[in-house]
Amino acid sequence: MRFTTTFLVALRALRRNTMRSILTALGIIIGIGAVITTVAMGTGAKVQVEAQIASLGQNLITVMPGSSSSGGMRGGFGSSATLTPEDYEAIAAEVPNIDGISPEIRDRNQILANGLNWNTNVNGVGPDYPYVRNWPMAAGAMFTDQEVKSLAKVCVIGKTVADQVFPNEDPIGQTLRIRNLPFRILGVLTPKGFSVFGSDEDDVVLIPYTSHMRRVSRRTSISMIRIQASDADKIAEVKLSTEDLLTQRRRGREPDFTVRTQEELSTTFTATARTMTVLLGGIALVSLIVGGIGVMNIMLVSVTERTREIGIRIAIGAHGNDVLLQFLIEAILLSVLGGGLGILCGYGASEIVTYYFGLPTLVPMWSVLLAVGVSTVIGIFFGFFPAYKAAQLDPIDALRHE
Amino acid sequence: MSSPVVQIRDIHKIYESGEVPVHAVRGVSLEIQRGEFIALMGASGSGKSTLMNMLGCLDRQTRGTYLLDGIDIDKLDRNELADLRNQKLGFVFQGFNLLARTTALENVELPMLYGRHRRVTASQIRERAMYCLEIVGLANRADHMPNQLSGGQQQRVAIARGLVNEPQVLLADEPTGNLDSKTSVEVMGVFQKLNDQGITIVMVTHELDIAHYCKRNLILRDGVVVRDEAVQNRSIAAHEMAKLKEAETAAKLLAGATAA
Ligand SMILES: Nc1ncnc2c1ncn2[C@@H]1O[C@H](COP(=O)(O)OP(=O)(O)OP(=O)(O)O)[C@@H](O)[C@H]1O
Ligand SMILES: [Mg+2]
Repeated sequence: MRFTTTFLVALRALRRNTMRSILTALGIIIGIGAVITTVAMGTGAKVQVEAQIASLGQNLITVMPGSSSSGGMRGGFGSSATLTPEDYEAIAAEVPNIDGISPEIRDRNQILANGLNWNTNVNGVGPDYPYVRNWPMAAGAMFTDQEVKSLAKVCVIGKTVADQVFPNEDPIGQTLRIRNLPFRILGVLTPKGFSVFGSDEDDVVLIPYTSHMRRVSRRTSISMIRIQASDADKIAEVKLSTEDLLTQRRRGREPDFTVRTQEELSTTFTATARTMTVLLGGIALVSLIVGGIGVMNIMLVSVTERTREIGIRIAIGAHGNDVLLQFLIEAILLSVLGGGLGILCGYGASEIVTYYFGLPTLVPMWSVLLAVGVSTVIGIFFGFFPAYKAAQLDPIDALRHE
Repeated sequence: MSSPVVQIRDIHKIYESGEVPVHAVRGVSLEIQRGEFIALMGASGSGKSTLMNMLGCLDRQTRGTYLLDGIDIDKLDRNELADLRNQKLGFVFQGFNLLARTTALENVELPMLYGRHRRVTASQIRERAMYCLEIVGLANRADHMPNQLSGGQQQRVAIARGLVNEPQVLLADEPTGNLDSKTSVEVMGVFQKLNDQGITIVMVTHELDIAHYCKRNLILRDGVVVRDEAVQNRSIAAHEMAKLKEAETAAKLLAGATAA
C-alpha cells in the first residue's frame, strides 16, 4: 500500500471519529498550553528579578543599620542613630578600591509643584548615587558635591514623578515644593521600572542627603550606604575594610550594622525565583500528566472498537505494517495539530497574563520542546501501542475482540 | 479438467482458549472446483463458521493441509496470507463487520486500497466500488453510514466489499441469516449471477430452500461432513422473483377487488 493511501486512510479514520480526535487533541493542547504558560510565568519572574538585581548596580556593597548577628534591625530608645553621615564620610575617605559611594535616606513626602500634589519617595542621596545604582540621567544633570556641601535646595526626579507632575512640560529648571521649601529640578532619571519588592522605582525625588537631614526630615541617621567596588574581585576586600572601619569607629560597642555584597543579595533572590520556577514547573508537570492521562483514557476506551477495525482491515488484506503506519500517522497528526495549537495557546495565555495581570512572562525554548516532546510521546505511545498489539493478533481474534 | 481451487485434506481445528479444548472441526477433506456454488449446512455449533474461517485464511488449521489455488497455506506468513485474502478471496462475515461511521462506498473501497499488485487511481477505485454497489442494488445508498442501513442492506454492502477485488472464491457466512425471504432471494440472485460469471461461491446457511439455489450441498455435524450431494432441480432466483412478483400483484388485485 502506498504511503499516500495510508495517509488518506488515516485522515478518514480521524474524520470519522471527530469527537475522539478533538478530545485527544484537547488533552495535548491543555497539557502543552499549561506547561508553556506556567514556565513562561516562572521564567519571566526570574528574568525580571535578575534584571532588577543587575539594576541595583554593579559590584555593589550595601551597609545597613542593625546587626545581622542579632537578627536584623535593632531599634528602640537610645539606639536610634546607628548609621551616620560620618560613617559614610569615613568610608569614602579611608576605604580603598571604591569607585563610587552614596548614602541614602528614605522618606515619603507630599510634594507640590505646578499646582499639583503628589505623594512620593523623597530620598536623600549623594552625587554618586546614579552611578552606583547604574541609573543614568535621561535629561539634565545630577547635583554635585558642592551642592551637597552647601545644603542646596536642588533635586532630580524619577520618570513617574516627571509624568505625574509635569505631564506636558519640561520639568528641568522648574521648582517643586517639599515641606513648603522650593527645590529646583536639575534633571530627570531614566525609567527603571519596578523594584525587587514590587514598588515603582521611578516614583522618586532625589535631593542632597545633607538637605534632607537638615531641611526636610531632620534625621540624624541614614537608611543605608551603597558602595561600588572598583572591581569584582575587590568586593570582598572592600567589604572587610568597611566592616573593620565601622567596628573601629564603634569603639568596642557591639556592631550595629550589616555589610552585604550584591552577591549575597542576589543569591537570596535567585533562590526565591528558582523555588518559584520549580513550583510552577511542578504545576506544569501535573497538567502535562493530567492531559496525558486524558489522552491515554480516550485511546484506551477506543481500543475495543479499534481492535475490531484492525481485524477488519487485516481480514481484507491489510498488512500489519499498513495498519501500524496508519495509526502512527493518526497519532502524529493529532500530536502535531494538538501540539501546534497548544503552543499557540501557551503563547496566547502568556500574553494575556502579561497584558491583564502585568506579570512578566518569557517562553523559553526548552519548555516548548519539553511540552511538545512529552505530549507527542504520550499521544504516540497510547495511540500506537494498542494498535501494535492488535496488529499482532490473528485477524479472527481481532474481530472477536470484546 | 483444471485443478481444484480449494483442496483440503483431513483438516482439524481445536480451540485451546477455554478450560477444555474444543474440537470444532474433526477431519474434513474437501475439493472445490472452479465455478462451484456450495451451501454449507448444519446445526448451530457444528463447526460451519470455523471451517469457513479456515477456508477464508482468517484462521489457521490445527492439523491437515489446505491448498488454495495450489498454494499450501501453511507455508505462507502473515503478510502473504493477507495478500491472498485480498486478491483471491472475498469474505462476507456472519456479523457484517463493516467499519462504523464510514460510508457504504468507502467500506466497499477498502479492499482495493490494500490491493498491492494492481496500480489503480482513486477514481478507478471509486468507479469499481460504485459498480459493486450497483450489483447488490445499493447504488443509491452509497453515502449512507452502516447505522443508517437496514440489516439486509448492510449484508449487501458486505457482499459488495467481498466482490470488489474480483475474487476467485467468495465465502459468505450466513449471508441471508438476517434477511426476509424476498431479500434473501434477491441476494441469492446476486450470487447466482456472480456464479454464472465464474466466481466460486461457498456459503453457510440454515435454510434448506436457500441451499436449493446452490449447486452442491454439504452438511456438517459435530465437525465432520456427513453429507455431500449435488442439488437436483435447483431453484433459479430470477424465476422465484417473478413468482413472488406475480403473487404480490395478485394479492394487490385481490385487495383492490375486496376494497371495491
Ligand atoms: N474462539 C473459540 N474458542 C473456543 N471455542 C470456539 C471458538 N469459536 C467457536 N468455538 C466452538 O467451536 C464450535 C463450532 O463453532 P462455530 O462457530 O464454527 O459453529 P457454527 O456452526 O458456525 O454455529 P452457528 O450456526 O451458530 O454460527 C462451537 O462448539 C463453539 O463453541
Ligand atoms: Mg457460525
